[in-house]
This record gives sequence, C-alpha cells and structure tokens, in this order.
Amino acid sequence: MYIAKKPDIPSSEITPREVFENRRTFLKAAGFTVAAGAISSMLPPTAMAANERQKIAGFSKTAYGQDEKLTSYEDITTYNNFYEFGTDKGDPVVHARLFKPRPWTVSIEGEVKKPRQISIEDIFKIAPLEERIYRMRCVEGWSMVIPWVGLPLAKLIAYAEPTANAKYVEFISLADPRQMAGVRIPVLDWPYTEGLRMDEAMHPLAIMAVGLYGEVLPNQNGAPMRLVVPWKYGFKGGKSIVRIRFTEQTPVTTWMKALPKEYGFYANVNPKVSHPRWSQSSERRIGGGLLSPRIKTQLFNGYADEVGQLYAGMDLHKNF
Amino acid sequence: MAMRQISKQQLFRLKAVLFVLALLPLARLFWLGFNDNLTANPIEFIERSTGTWALICLLVALALTPIRLISGINWPIQLRRMAGLFMFFYACLHFTTYLWLDHWFDWNEISKHIIEHPYVLVGFSAFVVSIPLALTSSNAMMRFLGVRWKQLHYSAYLIAILGVLHFWWLVKKDIREPLVYAIVLTILLGIRIYYRYRKN
Repeated sequence: MYIAKKPDIPSSEITPREVFENRRTFLKAAGFTVAAGAISSMLPPTAMAANERQKIAGFSKTAYGQDEKLTSYEDITTYNNFYEFGTDKGDPVVHARLFKPRPWTVSIEGEVKKPRQISIEDIFKIAPLEERIYRMRCVEGWSMVIPWVGLPLAKLIAYAEPTANAKYVEFISLADPRQMAGVRIPVLDWPYTEGLRMDEAMHPLAIMAVGLYGEVLPNQNGAPMRLVVPWKYGFKGGKSIVRIRFTEQTPVTTWMKALPKEYGFYANVNPKVSHPRWSQSSERRIGGGLLSPRIKTQLFNGYADEVGQLYAGMDLHKNF
Repeated sequence: MAMRQISKQQLFRLKAVLFVLALLPLARLFWLGFNDNLTANPIEFIERSTGTWALICLLVALALTPIRLISGINWPIQLRRMAGLFMFFYACLHFTTYLWLDHWFDWNEISKHIIEHPYVLVGFSAFVVSIPLALTSSNAMMRFLGVRWKQLHYSAYLIAILGVLHFWWLVKKDIREPLVYAIVLTILLGIRIYYRYRKN
C-alpha cells in the first residue's frame, strides 16, 4: 500500500537551500539534477510521490459526488498536466518535489475597492473549508473523480471586494524558473493565465481548492491553491495561483493565446462540440485498468442542471 | 577494413541480437503491466509506446541505406527487412490497442474518429500503406516483383512522413519529441536525395 512505503529519497539527495538559492552553484548542479531526473523517471511513479503528506485540520463533508467512485490518491497525484513542471503527465510528481508552496502570498488587484495581498494562511480562514467530490474532465479525453478540499470561490471574491466594473476575473499562476523547470522552456506564454466571467466565478460549484483527500494539496496538483471549475475542462483550473485580477475586458487565457482555433474562453465540457483534433463525445475514467471501456461525456460534465442557465441563449459552438 | 565484410555466421548472430533488442520494448510493456506500473492511464501509455517504437524501427530501417551511401559498408542493408517488419509488428500492436482497448471495436465511433480527425487519418493511412510492404517482404516476392518491388518499397518514406505527422498533430503544444523524429527523417531523406543527384 502507498502509505506504508517509506520515502525513497534520502535527505542527502535533496538539494540544500544554499545550493538551491545560489544561482551559479545551482547551474553547476543542474547537470546532476538532469541525471537524477533521468534515473527517477525510470522508477515506478509510486516510488516518487514522496512528498510529505499533511492532514487538513477542519473541513466539513458535503453532499457533492457522494455517489461517485473516487479515483485513487496515487492516480490523482502521479498523472498531472502542470506544464510548469514539464509537459509529460508523469513530470510534475518528480519535478515539483522541491517546490515551496509556503510562505505564499496572493495579490488581489484590478477592479477592486482596494488592491491588497493576502497570505495563504489567511485564505484558509476566509470561509469554512468544505470537501467537494467533483468529476474532472480533461480536454484530452480522460477524467477522474477527486475529493477536493477548498472554499467557495464566491467567498474569496466577496473578500476581494470587486467594483461594479469587474466583469471578469483572471487567475495568474506562479512562473518561477528557479523552482519550475518547465517555465524555462517557452512551450506556453508564461505565466499561466486563466479566467472566468463574474457570474461563473460566483457560481456555488466553483471552488478554490487547497487540499485533496483531506490533506494539504500536493505540489503537483497546484499547491498551495488552485481553481476548480468542475463543468469546464481541467485546464481552466489554474494552479499555484499568485494573482487574482478583476477586469472589465475578457481576459486572454494562456491556451487561447497558444492555439486560438482550439481553445476558447469558455471551455465548457460539451460532447457535441469537438476539439478540432479529437472528439469530445466520450472519455476514459482513470483507474479502470486496461479493460475499462470509455464512458459517454455529459454536457457541462454532468453539472448542466446547476450551471446551464449561465449560458442560456449562447451559441456554445461559437463560444467554445 | 574488417567491418566491410561479415561472414554468414556473423550476420546470423547480428540478426539474432537485433531480434532480441527489438522485442525489448514489448517485454518492457509486459513487465510494467505485471507490476501495475503502466501509469494512471495504461491504455494511453501502451498506445504511445507501441507507436513510438514503430516509428523508431522504421527510422532504423531507413537509416541503413544512407549508412551505406556514406560509409560504403554494405552489410547493414541485410538487417533492413527485419527492422521494417518490426515496424509493422509494433504498428499492428499500436492499431490493435487503438481498436480494442481504446475503442472496444465501436466501429461507428472509430470510423467517425478516423475520418474527422486529421491526426488519426494520417496514422491510419500510414498503417494501410505499410500493409503491402509487409506482405511483399519475402525473397520470393522480391524476385516476383523485380523493379516494381523497389518502387513499391520507396513508400517506406511516405509511411515515415505520415507517421511523424501523426505524432506532430497529436501533441498539444510541446512539439520537441516529434520534432526530433522529423529532423532525423529529414536528414535521412536528404542524404538519399543528395546522393541521387550527385550521381546524375
């Protein structure tokens, strides 16, 4: 079993802080890091998820997703799209190991009464934390069921006090080339930027997640806090967020910039709107093994009753 | 030079080594499978792995003539058929994984998928083009077809181009890996074109 495994990385192998923070030495050590990365990528993923796991003290259970079969902790934490730590889904669990999600400050800016900074500790205190079991559908055609712990995004927005001009809210992720190897490569236009319309952001289903499986969010899943919008494709959920900016204009998100014909602002899960390169009509639920057939993808990822009215009268083929 | 000529026995040994080497990627999949280590998405992993190795085997096969052209060493050509057939072997595994594990023979969905999505279409085309090559790989077919055999087997380059395109159009944004294959293929094709026009 996973928990019974003892950590595979001897403390001697973890880069000391002085080395890590000294750029020149760090560059010299980079050769070693690459070699270590090559070796670790040959090891089974279980052996690598050796981050310290820390329980979240107080959160309440909710009715969301009680009938769903949870994806295993191991699958959720070893199969990640988090390009800041590499483009392979096995990369983040390896390359995010030394990432430091504390101390962490989030800057609230743009169309707000008063721009300010808030620490992650204070964000934990804005509202009581809740567990929300949500389906997550990736644009690549796979899905998981994840027991997030977080706070309603609406509560965080209320705290931020946006002005009447705020029509959209932008979420900007950290892009620190020293801690995030993927950011040194211009695969995307860093920092990773996502956005929601205000009414979407205020919707009760949207949360800012700070944990999963009752524990503090692992680095590879977007520590210390990441957006979760369960009726949209997974990439809408910006990770390791450092800035929340309220705007009057529609934000241009990272994927819209990268491939405008393939990714729009809304990115709502919709089996009828194909991605130009692949179908969205079905998905594979992670964890079923080799012999698990695909399942049908549902409109708004099965949350149509809750969120459908947000898009009443909109052409979802145009606003993809 | 000692390496210019090799004996029949050496060739046999070389072929045996290549045969075992070429089966290692498959053995690895079984090993990872038995240890439950095919990642969270084992079907995608098998698809990726068999596809990658089909492409690598094909590029190995296509590298042997350029090696002869540059070095004058003849014997590697004798390994070409095996490399080519291993390409077909991995392509079959790749295609079977797609039809079976990925789509459970849902022909309706599969045919729509192939027609509507360019990356699937080029991959499927590459596979179809490779079938006659595999079928005509025997010495008897070689003799039977004569000059036409050579013309037919030039389409190995077409398969490689389609295969690289298949990979290229599949990746979302990070094109580094397919780019490596594209560069290798361009070099191999470039060498052949260069030698052809230098002669004339």
